[in-house]
Amino acid sequence: MTGPLDYLARWPLRLWLAMVGAFLYLPLLALVVFSFNDSKRITVWRGFSLRWYAELFDDGELVAAFGNSLVIAAASTIISLILGTAAALLLWRFRFAGKAALEALLGLPIVVPEICLGVAFLVFFTAILPWPTELPWPANLGAIIIAHATFSFSFVALVVRARLASFDGALAEAARDLGAGEWLIFRDIMVPHMVPGLVAGALLAFTLSLDDFVITFFTSGPDTITFPIKVYSMVRFSVTPAVNAASTLLILLTAGLTALALWLQGADIAKQAA
Amino acid sequence: MLQRPFQAPGVFAAVGLPPVVWLFALFLAPLAVIWTYSFGENRTLVDIAITGSWGNYARALKPLYLAILLKSMGFAALTTLLCFILGLPVALAITFARPRAKLLLLVAIMLPFWTNLLIRTYALMAILRTEGLINAGLGALWGLVPGLPPFEPLPLINNNFAVVVGLVYVHLPFMVLPLYAALDRLDRSLIEASLDLGAGHLATLWRVVVPLALPGIVSGIIITFIPALGAYLTPDLLGGTNSQMIANVIERQFRSANDWPFGAALSFLLMYLTFAALMVKAIISRREAAR
Amino acid sequence: MTKGLPIIRFEGVTKCYGKVVAVDDVNLEVREGEFFALLGPSGCGKTTLLRMLAGFEVPSEGRILIDGEDVTNVPPNKRPVNMVFQNYAVFPHMSVADNVGYGLKVDGMAGAERARRVEEALALVKLDGLGSRRPDQLSGGQRQRVALARALVKRPRVLLLDEPLSALDAKLREAMRTELCQLQAQVGITFVMVTHDQDEALALADRCAVMNRGLLQQVASPSDLYEFPASRFVADFIGSVNMLEGRLVVDEPASAEVAVAGIDQPLFLDHGVTGAAGTTLWLALRPEKIELHKWAEAPPALGDAPAGRNAVAGTITHVAYLGSESLYEVTLPDGQKLKALRSNLTRWDQEDFALGEQVWLAWHACSPAVLLS
Repeated sequence: MTGPLDYLARWPLRLWLAMVGAFLYLPLLALVVFSFNDSKRITVWRGFSLRWYAELFDDGELVAAFGNSLVIAAASTIISLILGTAAALLLWRFRFAGKAALEALLGLPIVVPEICLGVAFLVFFTAILPWPTELPWPANLGAIIIAHATFSFSFVALVVRARLASFDGALAEAARDLGAGEWLIFRDIMVPHMVPGLVAGALLAFTLSLDDFVITFFTSGPDTITFPIKVYSMVRFSVTPAVNAASTLLILLTAGLTALALWLQGADIAKQAA
Repeated sequence: MLQRPFQAPGVFAAVGLPPVVWLFALFLAPLAVIWTYSFGENRTLVDIAITGSWGNYARALKPLYLAILLKSMGFAALTTLLCFILGLPVALAITFARPRAKLLLLVAIMLPFWTNLLIRTYALMAILRTEGLINAGLGALWGLVPGLPPFEPLPLINNNFAVVVGLVYVHLPFMVLPLYAALDRLDRSLIEASLDLGAGHLATLWRVVVPLALPGIVSGIIITFIPALGAYLTPDLLGGTNSQMIANVIERQFRSANDWPFGAALSFLLMYLTFAALMVKAIISRREAAR
Repeated sequence: MTKGLPIIRFEGVTKCYGKVVAVDDVNLEVREGEFFALLGPSGCGKTTLLRMLAGFEVPSEGRILIDGEDVTNVPPNKRPVNMVFQNYAVFPHMSVADNVGYGLKVDGMAGAERARRVEEALALVKLDGLGSRRPDQLSGGQRQRVALARALVKRPRVLLLDEPLSALDAKLREAMRTELCQLQAQVGITFVMVTHDQDEALALADRCAVMNRGLLQQVASPSDLYEFPASRFVADFIGSVNMLEGRLVVDEPASAEVAVAGIDQPLFLDHGVTGAAGTTLWLALRPEKIELHKWAEAPPALGDAPAGRNAVAGTITHVAYLGSESLYEVTLPDGQKLKALRSNLTRWDQEDFALGEQVWLAWHACSPAVLLS
């Protein structure tokens, strides 16, 4: 019944896929399962319990770290959305001296190793632009927000520019012909076209910020702990089911965001088909 | 048609200035600062004099640090190889799957990618630890056989093995996605022609698929190699004292040893290695485009 | 060469994709040494049939036999057939010689012997001396020759050709037709070709199978397909036709008469029709078999037939001058239109009939094909 190219129907390949799948998912599955374990040990199942989740919410430091992470993610997403969209529009619309160099520069934050960017920010925010730590919350998170916006706005620019490539220039010309100026064209014609790219870019920036450990590790101080930093110190200190519970929450959050992105893009595809 | 700046100077300034200023002030400037530091010397703990000396680089290439650099490259290369071996059949399966299964498999590969790196590494720690799931499972099996000496847990963590397993775990999607993209572009009738002419599936893979997908394979290899080379968290959490990679050494210079100039030099060496890898990719893709 | 022993047999072959039936219960034999064409509109299942023969698709039901051996579940690399792909599928990363030698190499043939066979095959398709070229240095026609040589060098029992000429431009296609025919005669291998182009099938094939919607419609020689179509679909698909729907009114052993609405006298046939009086049937009348006659009070008589038999009056409502011939559209009094084709045998023939002219149309009693379905 199956042709020679239906590789998926062959058992060696199925076995291979099952093995790779197990490798990718079993550790995560074990992590989630043992977050509900009624024991301090994470290898022996002692019954279902939510005590580790309760413990998390009693841990004021962890809750504060989570709040910090959300604020940083939101702020850096807004900044990178503005900067990334501007950069995408610049490269999409104009031809100018040094354009190739600027494109290369814009791609750099994506490829520079995180550790290099991290230490560069550490030095920068210590020696060149010391960020006052006694600022009221959330202004004290400024350095981390800047660092996150810097590496994520390149990603936003990439996504938005890909979306702009499908823009039909005749639409803008038609609007101009009908009397619209630059601003109206941007607001009424360009932005509606860019929306899927903006949403995808924003979700990408948000996840990148929420995920980031290395760069934050070098820019955060004792009063500006983020969720991954807090989890890291918990992991270093001890492996307890509380870490599992915190991880499970973060996995749920990212999975939710990813599902939201897929759903929004699905709605977008449906709209285009209609 | 692309516009010249003078055709809409207001728009040009509005969309051009913010990203360019940001890139220069908050991205290039920090990099430039540590670049100059890499030619400096520590006077006191906080006072760094830029002396223009190559001493830091010379020190970085001394056997102690060169060994770590080479070890990092070795880890990254081994990781890339393992990802390729694990990922090629997966990419093949995705390419030739029917639309529904294809979407499902792609999401399955992407999903861990979207999960926090720290959490994925921690999940692996819980599996590999001395009292982790693998050892617990093996111990239970061991206990079933009477008359054996007491079970010795396998050393699965805090060693080179754990670092490579962790790097493969984290970087597998980096390999699978470009491989899939390259295979998906392949003209299916070329594969059929090879089968038709009497070649088996493995011969077809080796003589037709791999040569034709070579640009995608190279891009997958480099896209996997670069982040693996600069990995910090994986060796930090899964490695032992002997399996530290270049990123861990850089971190130590800045956070505990307080030798910023030396750390800066190491960090730029890592960056140059990254650029070299990117250059290889650019040259190969350009050669391919010229054909 | 003995044409006649069956080399390929399809036995009740059906292929379904989900609920779509691409090939529906096909029974077919291809004979040793013949040039066989699978002809039909796109989506009729002809390509699926060919791909099942090559082994790229496996039938949902039925068996395929090559040389009497059941190959239904034999993978493509183990079948004694080779294929010339529609887009040629020449390996872009190999030289011409490596392409042609590929099949021999994977079979483990030694280098010297292989080089000799490759040379031979390249000479066969007139590509001598181009063995070291890269495929991107070749024209479309040359790439096709590479694909041909690559398949023929393996000396297959059957050569499969998937729309072999469709990617070539019109002039080259003409030349390649002749060459394919000569090539087939030269190597004596059975060729099975898929095409949607009826001219191509008629010009090349010894026998054709016409398919529609997964069903085999008729298997016959090109001239039999044209002159003796088995159904309205075949008559309509092959060439151009006037289709007249009528009722059988008189049925004698050696003649018959058919009443057609809008034509005031029954149409006469010079052979009997198996069917009860009143049966609905169709007369397929090729345009070149209808003669145009200048208007006169008395209808024309063809040969020994009485005047007025199979003659109808009409007005020319359209003329298409095609060079070697002219196509006239004639409208009958009730509004139905018949097409008549007239060869321009002299340089002034096209001036004989003009738009708007009243004419007689007439045909021999043996000309229409009688169709019951």
